[in-house]
Amino acid sequence: MNTLTVPWIILFTPLAAAAVILFVGRFSKPLSAGLAIGSAGLGCILSWWLFAQPDPGAAPPWYWMDFGDLLQVPIGLTVDHLSKVMLVVVTTIATIVFTYSVGYMKTEEGYWRYFAGLSLFLFSMLGIVLADNFLMMFIFWELVGLSSYILIGHYFKKDSAADASKQAFIVNRVGDFGFLLGILFLWAATGTLMFGELVGRVGDFVLNPIYLTVACILIFCGTVGKSAQMPLHVWLPNSMEGPTPVSSLLHAATMVAAGVYMLARIFPILEAAPHALDVIAWVGGITCFAAALMATQQDDIKRILAYSTISQLGYMVMGVASAPTADVPMFHLFTHAFFKCLLFLCAGSVIVGMHHEQNIWKMGALKNKMPFTFLATVAGALALSGCPWITSGYYSKDLIIAWAVVEHPFLGWLSVATAGLTAFYTFRLVFVVFLGKPRDEHAKHAHESPLVMLVPLGLLAIPAIIAGFPFIENIFFHTTEPQHVPHLLHPILYAMFFGGVAGAWLLYRDVAKDPVRIPLFANRLYIDDFYSWIVKNIQGGGAGVLSWADRWVVDLFIVQVPSKLAWACGFVLRFLQIGNIQAYAFFFGAGVVGLLYLLISR
Amino acid sequence: MQLALFWIFAVLTLAFALGVVFLRSPVSSAMSLVMSFIGLAALFVTLDAFFIGIIQVLVYAGAVMVLFLFIIMLLDIRHDERRPVKLAAWAGGGIVVGGFLAALTQVLVSQPALNQTKPDLVQPAVNDVAEVGFALFRNFNLPFQVIGVLLLVATIGVVVLSRKELK
Amino acid sequence: MPTLANYLIVSGLLFSIGMAGVLLRRNILIIFMGLELMLNAANLSLVAFSRFNLGQDGMPGYNAQVFVFFIITVAAAEVAVGLAIIVALYRAKQTTHVEDLDTLKF
Repeated sequence: MNTLTVPWIILFTPLAAAAVILFVGRFSKPLSAGLAIGSAGLGCILSWWLFAQPDPGAAPPWYWMDFGDLLQVPIGLTVDHLSKVMLVVVTTIATIVFTYSVGYMKTEEGYWRYFAGLSLFLFSMLGIVLADNFLMMFIFWELVGLSSYILIGHYFKKDSAADASKQAFIVNRVGDFGFLLGILFLWAATGTLMFGELVGRVGDFVLNPIYLTVACILIFCGTVGKSAQMPLHVWLPNSMEGPTPVSSLLHAATMVAAGVYMLARIFPILEAAPHALDVIAWVGGITCFAAALMATQQDDIKRILAYSTISQLGYMVMGVASAPTADVPMFHLFTHAFFKCLLFLCAGSVIVGMHHEQNIWKMGALKNKMPFTFLATVAGALALSGCPWITSGYYSKDLIIAWAVVEHPFLGWLSVATAGLTAFYTFRLVFVVFLGKPRDEHAKHAHESPLVMLVPLGLLAIPAIIAGFPFIENIFFHTTEPQHVPHLLHPILYAMFFGGVAGAWLLYRDVAKDPVRIPLFANRLYIDDFYSWIVKNIQGGGAGVLSWADRWVVDLFIVQVPSKLAWACGFVLRFLQIGNIQAYAFFFGAGVVGLLYLLISR
Repeated sequence: MQLALFWIFAVLTLAFALGVVFLRSPVSSAMSLVMSFIGLAALFVTLDAFFIGIIQVLVYAGAVMVLFLFIIMLLDIRHDERRPVKLAAWAGGGIVVGGFLAALTQVLVSQPALNQTKPDLVQPAVNDVAEVGFALFRNFNLPFQVIGVLLLVATIGVVVLSRKELK
Repeated sequence: MPTLANYLIVSGLLFSIGMAGVLLRRNILIIFMGLELMLNAANLSLVAFSRFNLGQDGMPGYNAQVFVFFIITVAAAEVAVGLAIIVALYRAKQTTHVEDLDTLKF
């Protein structure tokens, strides 16, 4: 049991579990759940053990593709500080969510399919975390997209779920196209795909900074797709069609964080391209603010959280662009994973209690019916809003805001405003769902969730509160405060938090329907409609033109003409077979005489 | 002397060959063909190919043409029926024959080596039959055996083809 | 003294006459006779070349004469079989006119 083999065990156990569940899972529900939870749990224990070990040296790579000097693609696992932290996060949250799923999915169909998909996802995510070269990461990137497709489309008989899973995959592909181009740019320039070597050869690009900038922006496209930044954010709210534990694991804590993780991996390369960092900062900042605006007007409990995730991912991306080390955004990724996952699981608990009703305007006064869920939700909401001093979110988010204000002032103050909006919409959710009066029959008869779902909530609430405290943070990260922070920043942030909570309290404490109605935000800035218009008209129009060309140009000129020509030749030549022997003899003789002439005239 | 004999027999052969093609009655054509073969045999003899000449008379004029006449008599063909001549057919035939003759003259004119006269033999009286026999049985024994099989097959074929259909 | 060219002219003319017979006559037996004429023209060519190209030892090339022997034999066999076919055709169609034998067409 040494540090070189343990990562391989962590990586492949979920894959083995998925394979076994695929074959025998349909016969035994407990077996499927047990295998999945077992593989995740084993991974969790081994990840914590690995975390305590010192970094092993680089293992000799095993070349999966070896084309000599042209291209050598190794399969190797990198166990360094960044991947060890991410391993801990991924496997811990995975174990908790898997356990929670046992309760959530008890009455749902496709039990074994779900756990197989989750195990496959875990394998793919661990592959991204442990990959030591770009190609391997890209392969697992795509595998994660595939697992997401499978899991979002779990209720595939529903049209909306099938469409959502397709949209997720396709929008991701758009981002991955840029990602692949970026990888190719880097490989063309340096001839290597391994992260260690690429980071070491950043100096090569000093003479050609534009090339590096373009490559970095292209690689960032992958993050734009996977981490749902604007303009490719449209798939994440629709991915809420999947079961809630899937939403919590994939689309809150881990998969969407893979984009930020990838940027952290190549952080030294990004540092060498300051213009790329500017682009990244702007994308992150705009996403952060716009998503928060959209979240204030959503009515589905999971969609509020989805837009909140997009907004927080914008924070992380802005952190990558503003901070001097990758630890700053990774710290926020770390805390966000816990509290966002907690919030989603609480939402799942509420949904189960409400018999799978998801509209918050049909809920109300659940505080008394589901007290434990209420407390867990409040803990998560405080963390998300950045409640000063007592929650983890405060430490990580304010650190990013501080760096953003110092490096990109406009975006930094925009993110300050977003912090206020975050508090506002989060507590809007809490007050509407848990306080006030029941607005629906289900709300009157809601019940608390079973223990198998509540224990994970409790387990997640603990790090949601404490994971930000400095003594805990320093186990995992080494972050620094910026030097010249404006003095008013922290007071303004406190004001934002309290102002947001107060605003939500005033507006949403005890109302039957939403008093504020801003169609622009409720309709998600009409971006979804814009994309639908593009697909229907431009893509559809293009398809129409191509179909016309196929029918009239290709089919007519290229297919029909030769076939008709062959038929016509055959028809003409048929008339030589007239049955007259002397005619045949004539042709024979003419041919011989012709040959004779050919021979003579040589 | 040799030239005179050559010309006599050449003209004989060609004249009767024309007769084969242009005479109306099939029997007349067959008889003309016999005479043509005899002229040809004479030409073979002038080329010191005695064995071939004799074989030509025996086999061709003697056996093959007799068979021809038997068949003509058997089928009792009188005259070629008068049917309108198709101009296209005659034109086509004329073109092909003319083309061939043109090719022939072009070759003959362009090759001066063809104008050699008959070279003298080492031994004036050569045993032609023996020489042909030597060549046949030494160098071409296998084809000789195969020819025998061929004749057998031809015989069987003729017997099969001539059977009357059993009703 | 007759030259090789003389013999070849005779052979060529004989061949042309035979070919004309095949292409122009419409009685199938006459066509067959034209075929025989063509074969004999080839025989004459072969024998002429055999006599005019003397080998190393001053003897004519007897290989050509063996070839002529084979041609005669094959021609004999061919005539036998061909005539048997013509007889069968006559029995079926009661005619020897070649234009009546035209059922083998599209």
